Amino acid sequence: MSGTRRQLGLRLGPALAIGLTVGGMIVLIALPVAAIFVQALRDGIGGYSRALADPAALHAIWLTCLAAGIAVPLNLVFGLVASWAIAKFVFPGRELLISLIDLPFAVSPVISGLIWVLVFGARGWFGPWLDDWDVKVIFAVPGIVLATLFVTFPFVARELIPLMLEQGAEEEIAARSLGAGGWQIFRRITLPNIRWALLYGVLLCNARAMGEFGAVSVVSGHVRGRTNTMPLHIEILYNDYDVTAAFAIASLLALLGLVTLAVKRWTSRRTASELSLAGATTS
Amino acid sequence: MSIEVRNVSKSFGGRKVLDAVDLKVEQGELLALLGPSGSGKTTLLRLIAGMETPDPGSGEILFLGDDVRGRDVRDRQVGFVFQHYALFRHMTVFENVAFGLRVRPRKVRPSKAEIRERVEKLLSMVQLEGFGGRFPAQLSGGQRQRVALARALAIEPRVLLLDEPFGALDAKVRAGLRAWLRRLHSELHITTILVTHDQDEALEVADRVVVMNQARIEQVGTPHEVFHAPATEFVMDFLGTVNVFSGRVHRGEADFGTLRLPCANVPSHTADQVRLYVRPHELDLARDSGRQDGLTATVLRSVPAGSCAKVLLETVDGVALQVDLPFERWHELSPIDGERLEVFPRHVRAFVPDYSI
Repeated sequence: MSGTRRQLGLRLGPALAIGLTVGGMIVLIALPVAAIFVQALRDGIGGYSRALADPAALHAIWLTCLAAGIAVPLNLVFGLVASWAIAKFVFPGRELLISLIDLPFAVSPVISGLIWVLVFGARGWFGPWLDDWDVKVIFAVPGIVLATLFVTFPFVARELIPLMLEQGAEEEIAARSLGAGGWQIFRRITLPNIRWALLYGVLLCNARAMGEFGAVSVVSGHVRGRTNTMPLHIEILYNDYDVTAAFAIASLLALLGLVTLAVKRWTSRRTASELSLAGATTS
Repeated sequence: MSIEVRNVSKSFGGRKVLDAVDLKVEQGELLALLGPSGSGKTTLLRLIAGMETPDPGSGEILFLGDDVRGRDVRDRQVGFVFQHYALFRHMTVFENVAFGLRVRPRKVRPSKAEIRERVEKLLSMVQLEGFGGRFPAQLSGGQRQRVALARALAIEPRVLLLDEPFGALDAKVRAGLRAWLRRLHSELHITTILVTHDQDEALEVADRVVVMNQARIEQVGTPHEVFHAPATEFVMDFLGTVNVFSGRVHRGEADFGTLRLPCANVPSHTADQVRLYVRPHELDLARDSGRQDGLTATVLRSVPAGSCAKVLLETVDGVALQVDLPFERWHELSPIDGERLEVFPRHVRAFVPDYSI
């Protein structure tokens, strides 16, 4: 296949398309990413580490890790359960559920933040009641976690559902006929068959959880050193003309993105082998 | 183990896939469920396995006289083999076969050494010694299905259920595995139910054949019985090529219009509108025989390949015919395309069309 493609040689059309793609990638993606690291290291390693060691920056990093640390495991469990239910069983409302899972993708992140203000804010449904108990959700850490949870809700399930639908339930039924129980089937058959897609889903979920700006911005209140996550902190630093510090923290998020991509390259090959089964081809 | 299915029905979304089916499977026999797709044969197999539940209040499924309807597939101790193998793709062949032993509760789980010994024995039984370390994706289709069979046998099932086991394989491999399965069954004598839509497979492998059509059983019998004494028009038609004439029957004789022949399966029936069936090998061809008891037909084409020569003809009434001749006879006659020959049916079966549908 690739042989025939190469033999075609580079005629004008394909050459133009390839040139445009490569050029676009360089201008729109590679250069900006490189610029982040250049800007971050403008004042040398010393300036870079000083910017990261700032207490407000450290707190933002910690808060981001906390929000992701809660949201990602919860969404991992939810994503696994949801895709398992959707892929292996047929039940009323299944189609609706598949569509609903995508809802956080479909609405603007600002809305995803606002719904929590509407529910838990001072004038929201549960606001006064929470106030009586002296619990703060909005403009506090719980609100940030909730917003992150909502926005990153679909990532794991979206990776798993197509794969699990493709794999079907036959291996599970076979395992059951051989005497395996529900937990044994999940641990020995279902989970190993989806592990690489699951890993990638979790990484994507994590990257988004750490990088989410819009929804978190609405519920955070932007209190420096208290309710700022990394993306929010970057914005504040940038608005304060502290460009080096802003880019230093941005470089951490950029690095996270690059690592996610690298793992994606690695896992997608594994996912392909998860699909190539045993029964797909005959010989 | 003997299995009995009594008055079992199954519907999917209002559509009846099995309609009050009765069936008895004898200890140690190899039974084939044969029918076109949608006839309910796979559903019947899955009901016996416990992968589907019969319609509420519809009947019972007995293993050795014991009603198993409430028991999950997990507890029925059945060995199930799927059309698409359903091998565990992330496990080696060895681990696939060992799976059913490894998941047993600790008290009844064999030791590691015992498991190894059992798996090695099973792999040699399915002629896959030395393949234990491979993954399913590294095997051919026929090898995969043999692994699936070894895996199903590992749990020492009371009954072996095979769902179109050779359906995804090409003709040559299929024929080889068919003969192999038959040999294996005569060694193990395990009660086996095989689902297939391939009549050759059913007739060649099974002790008894159950012909199914439209959610019902049409006939149960030995391959000889269903082939030579088909109970219904459907069975006649499904088990091989047929020539169909319309005509009448009167006092045990089939009336083709110009000739009359004794018709064994309707000794005293009289009906005006019947369909007369003759298999291609039950017809003879002749040129200027002087006999009066034949039909006249024009030769369209000869196909002199296969186990016999096929001659395709058309009668003066426009009925298409196929006649299978042994090669010696074909050479002797040397039919020429376009010439008129005489056709002599040797054996006729009559079926009165069912207007109740």
